[in-house]
Amino acid sequence: MQTSSTEVVQVGGGGDVVRVRHAVRKAAIDLGFSLVEQTKIVTAASELARNMVDYGGGGTTTIESLLDGNRKGLRLIFKDDGPGIADVQQALRDGFTTGSGMGLGLGGARRLSNEFEIDSAPGKGTRIAITRWKGIV
Amino acid sequence: MERIPILKLGKCLIVSIQVDMDDGTAITLQDDLTEKIVRHRAKGVLIDISALDVVDSFIGRMLANTAAMAHVLDAETVVVGMQPSVAITLVELGLSLKGIRSALNIEKGMELLRGIDDVPELANADEQH
Ligand SMILES: Nc1ncnc2c1ncn2[C@@H]1O[C@H](COP(=O)(O)OP(=O)(O)O)[C@@H](O)[C@H]1O
Ligand SMILES: [Mg+2]
Repeated sequence: MQTSSTEVVQVGGGGDVVRVRHAVRKAAIDLGFSLVEQTKIVTAASELARNMVDYGGGGTTTIESLLDGNRKGLRLIFKDDGPGIADVQQALRDGFTTGSGMGLGLGGARRLSNEFEIDSAPGKGTRIAITRWKGIV
Repeated sequence: MERIPILKLGKCLIVSIQVDMDDGTAITLQDDLTEKIVRHRAKGVLIDISALDVVDSFIGRMLANTAAMAHVLDAETVVVGMQPSVAITLVELGLSLKGIRSALNIEKGMELLRGIDDVPELANADEQH
């Protein structure tokens, strides 16, 4: 698998969540994603970037455009050095929040992606990688 | 931070969101709308989201909260112009927006709200002020 381009967006505050949305939108358009595919990955990115701001003390979003044979995809990696998540299964459940959100960010981002990996532990920060492939529902 | 303008037309407030809002801008809009509903005794709120190409759980919650708040203040809310790709994505995100009235475009939305405006009791109540 080839990574044809990589971009890193620093995420420290609410305005950066908007910047992540724009950068992901642009990468999705460049890969020829359909409008619905663009909207799904941008929405997932918005949720995960906001989580880094709200819970992770800020972090980075890495945007990778992937070429795998004739497949094209977008991989997004959200990494922060915040407090981490003690019970990941619980955090993924719809409606679970320790803040004032709707508890749909993690579960929703997983549903909106084709691949979803989460690596988090108390004191170790949080790393979430999601991938969407063009043309896959 | 940007501030989204709110227009007053008769007993209705009209907002057309033309920028990708950060969370602070969305909260400010919600607060401004609530304050203006009270100040103008508005009976209807129309929110045009046709220019929004993303609605995530935060903006979705802001729309739902605004509608709920307006309802308590005796005003109806109509959200108009949601892009089909946004609607599809919201379902998968898990956000139903059940409590929110929606219409295809501003014209249809205004028709819905005009219906409210025409209720005779409201017209009478208004004359007393
Ligand atoms: N990057 C993160 N660092 C620490 N905790 C997190 C992070 N992302 C999510 N969480 C935890 O997972 C919970 C669920 O997240 P989410 O599904 O996005 O819902 P919400 O943001 O509405 O709370 C959060 O309330 C928080 O406790
Ligand atoms: Mg969240």
